[in-house]
Amino acid sequence: MLAKRIIPCLDVKDGRVVKGTNFTALRDMADPVEMARLYNADGADELVFYDITASAEHRALFTDILRRVAGQIFIPLTVGGGINTVDDFDRVLKCGADKVSVNSGALRRPALIPEAAQRYGDQCVVLSADIKRVGGTFRVFARGGREDTGRDALEWLRWGVAHGAGELVINSIDTDGVRAGFDLELLDAVAACCPGVPIIASGGAGRAEDFIELFTHPGIDAGLAAGIFHERRLTIPELKKALRAQGVEVRI
Amino acid sequence: MLAIVDYGVGNLFSLAGSVHSLGCEVCVTAEPAALAAASHILLPGVGAFGDAMARLERTGLVPVLKAQAAQKPLLGICLGMQLLFETSHEYGTHTGLGLIPGEVCPLADDLADKTLKIPHMGWNALDILPRRESDPLFKYFQSGEYVYYVHSYYARHCAAHTLATSFYSLPVTGAVRSGHVYGTQFHPEKSGDAGLRLLRAFAEL
Repeated sequence: MLAKRIIPCLDVKDGRVVKGTNFTALRDMADPVEMARLYNADGADELVFYDITASAEHRALFTDILRRVAGQIFIPLTVGGGINTVDDFDRVLKCGADKVSVNSGALRRPALIPEAAQRYGDQCVVLSADIKRVGGTFRVFARGGREDTGRDALEWLRWGVAHGAGELVINSIDTDGVRAGFDLELLDAVAACCPGVPIIASGGAGRAEDFIELFTHPGIDAGLAAGIFHERRLTIPELKKALRAQGVEVRI
Repeated sequence: MLAIVDYGVGNLFSLAGSVHSLGCEVCVTAEPAALAAASHILLPGVGAFGDAMARLERTGLVPVLKAQAAQKPLLGICLGMQLLFETSHEYGTHTGLGLIPGEVCPLADDLADKTLKIPHMGWNALDILPRRESDPLFKYFQSGEYVYYVHSYYARHCAAHTLATSFYSLPVTGAVRSGHVYGTQFHPEKSGDAGLRLLRAFAEL
């Protein structure tokens, strides 16, 4: 059966990997190509690259980094950040991405999801959503978690899946950077409303036990984290060993 | 020189990079002469069977591939493996290259556990069938190592040519062989070190 996936996430700004805490106060961490090589050797099941730069100049730097990573790391690569059009899909796929993650671009223009799915297939379209509790409901936020769209998160995800999103990345703004565990309440709600697609949990991982608990929840396929791995507080071999000891199927 | 068949489907960047990383010379080509000159042929593919087969027809490569397959090792990957079979039932019925007996059918219809997600996407253990461990494709590969899949259709009625399967509430055809025509449903170029070792063994055939 399918192994549960462990996915380090590299937020790349101006050619460097940075990690946010509650989506603000970025800290420079390391060289993305070096980090990708390290994670590949450690047994990461997939890598996610988010381009969080704004200028065209830095965008070219990002695609150059992506090309270098894809030329030497032979595990699936997902790329997000600044994906607004099918041309943006084309740009990163040509640099070696396997899947493309959409977020704010799809919120601004939802037709991006079916357009991309038609051209590249559902399995290529990853819908990433930044979600926060507002007045007792889950609300989806845009622009890196800064802007409340007023949209119900579960409705948005259901719409996305119905229109071609083949995988979901669920970023909980409430638990991101807090290191107190994944947002299991949110993840259970998403798994119940979107049972047909893989769900990647993101936000809140602080220790191996958080992943062990995550994978007791049916319907969650993967755990994504940044800081815990980047700071080497937990290595992927340690984590996978702990998961396997608890009977979770992982690739070692 | 290994040749990757370029017929306009999908991204060949990773496949070329992975072969290159093994220290092998590789070219990406749609030229019959280049395929004839190559020592090995890699047939990639993503997308839908009918569309891919139509593209192969348009490029005039169908007879070329059939002729070359009799002469040198050929490896079909993912949809490229499916194209090796006689027929596919993906959106209608389509004729394949017919290099390996069998047919390609929707995986969803045959899942014993209907709650499993489709596509079958992610890392699954590849179990080599009894008496197939000594196949040269597995020279550097151990049964039970994980490989990366992304697919919604799978090959059936090809037991005599199946080398290895992965379990997804049923044994899913993972690797096949007929003579020196090989196919993998998974992506060796996305399967980390295990996948590279498999490609190395293929390149040494």
